[in-house]
Amino acid sequence: MIPASFDYVAPTTVEEALAALAQYGDEAKIIAGGQSLLPVLRMRLNAPEWVIDLGRIDSLKGVRDEGDSILIGAMTRHCDVATDPLVAEHAALVARATATVADEQVRHRGTFGGALAHADPAGDLGAPALALGAEFVIAGPAGERVVPGAEFFQGLFETAVSEDELLTGVRIPKHTGWTAHYEKFVRVAHQWPICAVGATLKVSGGVIEGAAIGLTNMGATPLRASGVEQALVGQQATEEVVHSAAALAADGVEPPSDLNGDADYRRHLVTVLTRRAITQALGG
Amino acid sequence: MTAVDARPEQATEIGRDRRRKEDARLITGRTRWTDNINLPGMLHLAMVRSPFAHARITGIDTSAAEDAEGVVTVLAAKDFDETLGVCINAWPITPDQKAPAHPPIANDRVTFAGEIVAVVAARSAAAARDAAEMVEVDYEELPAVVSLEEAVKDEVLAHPDLGTNKSALWVFDSAQAGTGGNVDEAIASARDDGIVIERTYRQQRLIPAFMEPRSVVCDPTGEQITVWSATQIPHILRFAFAATTGVPESKIRVIAPDVGGGFGGKLQQTPEEMLVFSIARRLGKPVKYTETRSESLLSAHHGRDQIQKLTLSATKDGQVTGLKVELDANLGAYVAIVGGGVPVLGAFMFNAIYKFPAYQFNCQTVFTNTTWTDAYRGAGRPEATYAIERLMDELAAEVGVDPLEIREKNWITHEEFPFTTVAGLTYDSGNYEAATAKAKEMFGYDELRREQAERRANNDPVQLGIGVSTFTEMCGLAPSRVLGSLDYGAGGWEHAQVRLTPTGKVEVITGASAHGQGHETAFSQIVADRLGVPFEDVEVLHGDTQIAAKGYDTYGSRSLVVGGEALVRAADKVLEKAKPIAAHLLEASVDDLEFTGGRWTVRGTDQGMSIGELSTAVFAAHNLPDGVEANLDSEATFDPENFNFPHGTHLCAMEVDTETGQVKMRKYVCCDDIGNIINPLIVAGQVHGGLVQGIAQALWEDAVYDDAGTLVSGSFVDYLLPTAADTISFDIDHTTSPATTNTLGTKGVGEAGTIASTPAVVNAVVDALRPLGVHDVTMPCTPERVWRAINEGSAGGETTGAAAAHFDPSTGMSGNVDRTEGDVQ
Repeated sequence: MIPASFDYVAPTTVEEALAALAQYGDEAKIIAGGQSLLPVLRMRLNAPEWVIDLGRIDSLKGVRDEGDSILIGAMTRHCDVATDPLVAEHAALVARATATVADEQVRHRGTFGGALAHADPAGDLGAPALALGAEFVIAGPAGERVVPGAEFFQGLFETAVSEDELLTGVRIPKHTGWTAHYEKFVRVAHQWPICAVGATLKVSGGVIEGAAIGLTNMGATPLRASGVEQALVGQQATEEVVHSAAALAADGVEPPSDLNGDADYRRHLVTVLTRRAITQALGG
Repeated sequence: MTAVDARPEQATEIGRDRRRKEDARLITGRTRWTDNINLPGMLHLAMVRSPFAHARITGIDTSAAEDAEGVVTVLAAKDFDETLGVCINAWPITPDQKAPAHPPIANDRVTFAGEIVAVVAARSAAAARDAAEMVEVDYEELPAVVSLEEAVKDEVLAHPDLGTNKSALWVFDSAQAGTGGNVDEAIASARDDGIVIERTYRQQRLIPAFMEPRSVVCDPTGEQITVWSATQIPHILRFAFAATTGVPESKIRVIAPDVGGGFGGKLQQTPEEMLVFSIARRLGKPVKYTETRSESLLSAHHGRDQIQKLTLSATKDGQVTGLKVELDANLGAYVAIVGGGVPVLGAFMFNAIYKFPAYQFNCQTVFTNTTWTDAYRGAGRPEATYAIERLMDELAAEVGVDPLEIREKNWITHEEFPFTTVAGLTYDSGNYEAATAKAKEMFGYDELRREQAERRANNDPVQLGIGVSTFTEMCGLAPSRVLGSLDYGAGGWEHAQVRLTPTGKVEVITGASAHGQGHETAFSQIVADRLGVPFEDVEVLHGDTQIAAKGYDTYGSRSLVVGGEALVRAADKVLEKAKPIAAHLLEASVDDLEFTGGRWTVRGTDQGMSIGELSTAVFAAHNLPDGVEANLDSEATFDPENFNFPHGTHLCAMEVDTETGQVKMRKYVCCDDIGNIINPLIVAGQVHGGLVQGIAQALWEDAVYDDAGTLVSGSFVDYLLPTAADTISFDIDHTTSPATTNTLGTKGVGEAGTIASTPAVVNAVVDALRPLGVHDVTMPCTPERVWRAINEGSAGGETTGAAAAHFDPSTGMSGNVDRTEGDVQ
């Protein structure tokens, strides 16, 4: 498993990284942990001339409190996101989902921004980020721009980040006091999810005041189950309400078919998993 | 020189939980794996492989590759002559077996995706791999036949020149053999007034997936050509080189250094080994080839891949009367070294532990345009065990009794051993009642049955199923005479030598070639007991034809039961040789000598001498009896009279989520009877690993081709190997019925867990769902299949129509295709 030869550059600032991107353009790939890129290179499914490593840009690492939101630096490793107190307090769903990414080794190498920018529809982080209304901070030659999740994920492995740009961080509005559960369905532990559902809820006095539901691997991009959310908000948190809301989870999804299950099976599965995710988020 | 004191008399080594001697170096990697070997001036090979399952090669342009940096030469089939040799078919199961010639490199036609069409030799592995991408091969695609179902129709041919896909039809019939009655009569009679169970089971294709990819190094610069290979079979490989290349065997040395797993997958003479051997000789330089993981999954041999049509007849109360097996076995594109005969290893095991009065086995081997198949842990016996253990559960359901009750009604009782079966084998020892009683108790069988009834009554969305597998198997390959009668192209004896060094240490040489089993530890324990020397003083040498000159290597759970017995006999010969010398030195009569705890003593005196002291005295040879050689070293070759028949009762509880089809193992208990145990810790390791491998067939692993013959499950993303996170802690125990065919009383354990566990798991899944009308779930029991079985009443059907790989494996070999879009980070 030897990759084709490439040149390697490891900038220490975002500016340097952008300069490298400007210089090498479409001849370059960004490595941000490498947990998806390296297999692709080693299997020679891709052969960039240049690999730009963001691993030495310290400003992209860590989680910051920004008042109404938290900012997760793109190069924050999964293991750090999963155990970060700010994330646990204000974006519990992200913490839960991140803790299930692949295996321990991958979580110690892979990064939050790397995974999101890779935009694998079976990746665990897209749906929680989308459901929480995350904003994606992108740096480019013209400066910084911020795009919402609905615009960020554009298709299979496709995002709003263009060739001369970098994802530098993800801003997540605080969901303080929201309970959360990420229901992931796999056959073996280290597998990409066949389907997964992230649910996070704000409940007060038995009434669901807020609901955010994200679906993983149910289409070319992460999906937000708006119909389910609407059916929950303002309702009493009863079993009946959860059941009938979860039944809407398959509306409009276009899941893939593969060795682990065809699209019809996944459409069924997503309703069961949504019910379970909501039920768990409500405290079982 | 100091003589080593004899080991103090204490507990014997045999039966002790010795930590494995070899583990420190194997676990830390501070050892010599084939890929670690680097020789001066060594060149590296990379293979160019066909992306097509079946195609004519219309042109190969190597010019760009030849010009690439670091490249020494690029070769295609036309560049080799007959000295390249061929891959051998060592088990022509019938005289009229069809077997196309199997060249190591495709000539004008490729017959499976992954077949080698060109090879690059370069100064580095990276340069070789880069240049391999530059070799341009023109193909004219031919129709490919991929599935067994299609191949038997003989419409599309894997090898058009053969005129058929059918290689050999092998039949055993108990009426013809005189070992039982006529099975068709038994079935006809049961149709009138009894029970007939007819089922078709699929043994999906599996990939051995050993941890260390295959690697081979050849150094042609000495007087002997030396080959290091990550192989299970150094001796057989040397024979194959000599037999097919014209190089005398005396000029070839094969070394299997530490080898990281095989599971049958390294029981092969590979095209890559032949190419490395040939190119090293041609260039006069050392050459190395190490496969990538993708290449390993794609082109190292696969296992299983059978369709079993089964008919079992019984009386109304569940007494079995006959069993008919019609089996189609997928050979892949060629008849591999023993691939033609693997299904035949199952022929004698479908009747298992039961007293069938009539039995017939029909096996049709078939070619397809897929990777060739061969031995994989259990080889033939897991397939047979799966079939019969699933059928016995079906029979129990039909009769309406507990699956253990139907087995008890039909099994051989312990008073009946030795028992000659309807397949003609004589089982030497066993006690199915005892193993089952112990397993039931460990399992809490009745309690789990109660819980199952409750869940059924409550319509619990999570149902509980209990699966039974009362397996036996034939292992310890094997009596040479029997192998001869089955047209197997080799014998089955094993060789051992015991050497004493001047300081009284012991070197043991075995022809068995370990690749993870722990021979060094277990064999040291045996010899330590036999010679009365410390465990630490025994060194086990193996896997090098210059040191272990004779041997038949390691597979078929044979090392201990055949190789261990050879070792015992060699050690005993040492003692026979030593005794007159000891008597001479102790100035006593041979008749007055006793040997205990590693010392000869003169009865009635305090005079004695340890084996260490004796070997020092023999080395000096100052005072030996007249006419006695100054040599205690001894060797023995042991050829068993019979196979070896471990058995056991495995009980598995599975929880089945009826909403999603997800299955979860709740409890797994096994009580295996493997005769006397040398090292319980090694046995536990073998059982645990074997169980997981069998469970993996039931639940996870599946080598899937698409209709064009591309291996879809060509990476570990799509070929689901379990890890520790996917398994539970197993409860294992043993009953002991010593084997009567070796003096240690041991039975093989290398394959037992794998053979037993697959049907236990599937029986449990089906048992959970039987009230819902389910009587089968196709392996692997994916959640989707289980869900469909519940909702559609089918066995879950095929998912291959929807096959899509997470990574596309076909491109890993055939070019630099960018299939990912957008940012890859």
